Amino acid sequence: MLRISKLPIAIFFAIIICFPWIAKHIPAIGHYPDLMVFAGIYCLITIGLSLLMGYAGQISLCQAAFYGIGAYASGILTVRYGMNPWLCMLIGMGISALVALLVGAPSLKLKGHYLAMATLAFGIIVFIIFNEEVELTGGPDGMRGIPGLSLFGFQFDSVNKYYYLVWAFVFAAFIFTINIIQSRTGRALRAIHSSETAASAMGVNISRFKIIVFIYGAVLASLAGSLYAHYLNFINPSTFDLFVSIKLLIMIALGGMHQIWGAIIGAFLITFLSYEWLHFFGEFEIIVYGGILLLVTIFLPDGLAGIPGIIKGWFRN
Amino acid sequence: MVQELKFQVRESLEKNILEVEQVAMAFGGLMALINQNFRVKKGIIKAIIGPNGAGKTTLFNVITGFFPPTEGTIRFKGQAIEHLKAHDIASRGLSRTFQTVELFDNMTVLENVMVGCHTRIRSSFLATGFKLPQVKRKENKIKEKAMDILEFINLKDKFNEPADSLPLGEQKLLEIGRGLATQPDLLCLDEPVAGLNETETQVASSLIRLIREKGITVLLVEHDMKVVMDLSDEIMVLNYGEKIAEGPPEQVQNDPKVIEAYLGGED
Ligand SMILES: Nc1ncnc2c1ncn2[C@@H]1O[C@H](COP(=O)(O)OP(=O)(O)OP(=O)(O)O)[C@@H](O)[C@H]1O
Ligand SMILES: [Mg+2]
Repeated sequence: MLRISKLPIAIFFAIIICFPWIAKHIPAIGHYPDLMVFAGIYCLITIGLSLLMGYAGQISLCQAAFYGIGAYASGILTVRYGMNPWLCMLIGMGISALVALLVGAPSLKLKGHYLAMATLAFGIIVFIIFNEEVELTGGPDGMRGIPGLSLFGFQFDSVNKYYYLVWAFVFAAFIFTINIIQSRTGRALRAIHSSETAASAMGVNISRFKIIVFIYGAVLASLAGSLYAHYLNFINPSTFDLFVSIKLLIMIALGGMHQIWGAIIGAFLITFLSYEWLHFFGEFEIIVYGGILLLVTIFLPDGLAGIPGIIKGWFRN
Repeated sequence: MVQELKFQVRESLEKNILEVEQVAMAFGGLMALINQNFRVKKGIIKAIIGPNGAGKTTLFNVITGFFPPTEGTIRFKGQAIEHLKAHDIASRGLSRTFQTVELFDNMTVLENVMVGCHTRIRSSFLATGFKLPQVKRKENKIKEKAMDILEFINLKDKFNEPADSLPLGEQKLLEIGRGLATQPDLLCLDEPVAGLNETETQVASSLIRLIREKGITVLLVEHDMKVVMDLSDEIMVLNYGEKIAEGPPEQVQNDPKVIEAYLGGED
């Protein structure tokens, strides 16, 4: 029976809650909460992607596009139209859901490589729009002056405040997703992954479930994009290009896509690698990613989240 | 006249759970099914036999919505279903098993049966994500129901084992159990005892009989003639996609065309 134990989740989020306090007392990691904001933003996307890829078995190369749609919806609607940021966030999620429905309905009928190509093409189109619609998006120069977030007069104006906001969203998304996985929906997704033939013989409407999960992933990515925009107060297209979509895939491949924890581990690791530990590789960063991905897929097909299982296996023998 | 016709329609509805009319299935140039016409009476076990490649599995695939037929009508419980998708047909109460076992290998025995309950107990994506109280209640109900089925097919002890760890005989039973979980009115079994030993075959046979006793109609494709003769109320014989005989077992057994088809198929 698939059961995701509660204890590690409790411990993990307890650490998340205490972390800013710890970081304050250790100068070497004093700036980590800032990185963790980005890690949390990525976590939102990878959680959705993990459900789509790891559980439903569908590949997507366009998560960065939904990430961008969220960010630009927030940016454009607040800066150009002066709307309430929270409302913009919701509108962005609504637009992403609608776009995911329109793109997903035909694409998810495709299999394997074709689905990858279709989502890839869609991602590139969205990226081009961000670049070309200069009047709305500011084009390649990006968009400045996106306001910060506040709630009932409380301003999320420091790193730590924003940190807690982002991680509250991650916590909610994580719990929501776990509830899905351990339910009728989750079973249907795993059934689809295992045998589409048998799943449909059990009455599972395959395309419907694929689309629902695709939309869910898009909505989470969009939320992540809005949070990103309001944190940095600046966005430009390169944050949402194809490489980011690939990086997101690397995250869940590295963390392990068949377990929801893999999404968290991967998002953390790649964030810290790219912003902190691999900084000095500069242009060669991508080669290092390639190397890491190669090693993981060869030696840890279930990703880093699969390690406890391997160790358990050793003890059993 | 009209009254008479109405009466006939109603009577056939009450008597026949499945009506197949002029169904044909072509794969490119190959006619896998030719002008199929037959009915399945409610509550019986009807066997479909025939040499390898006769079109038995194709017939199941057409009935259960995996291949839309090239021609013809299929009525299940009086309603045309030939244009429906497999999942739709399943949710209307027509379930099946597969010739080569198609269990969900990534799940436990219990979970496999729980997937079978998919269309009977539903909750929405949002309700599930927010874990509303009724979702938990429904989930428990699904588990209970699945456990009852495992008890029925005698696999209760193994509920928590991975489905692919079971021996073939039990995997076949589990597939039947998973089909039963969809609460079918008609269950199509594609070679349920193929590859099983003597004891396993007996277990499966008596299970199929029990299923009929529950009021579920069974369509049975099987090569094991002893099982077929033992279980079926009616037999239909296919050869090269055509029906060559249909009737009670004794009659079909002695039909020269049937004997010819089977002997002819061997050289
Ligand atoms: N998807 C398919 N595409 C093309 N041809 C097919 C397909 N499925 C079945 N056939 C062909 O249709 C014919 C009937 O096959 P089918 O599997 O229905 O036979 P069967 O009676 O179930 O045989 P067996 O007893 O060996 O299981 C065969 O000639 C087969 O090659
Ligand atoms: Mg067959």
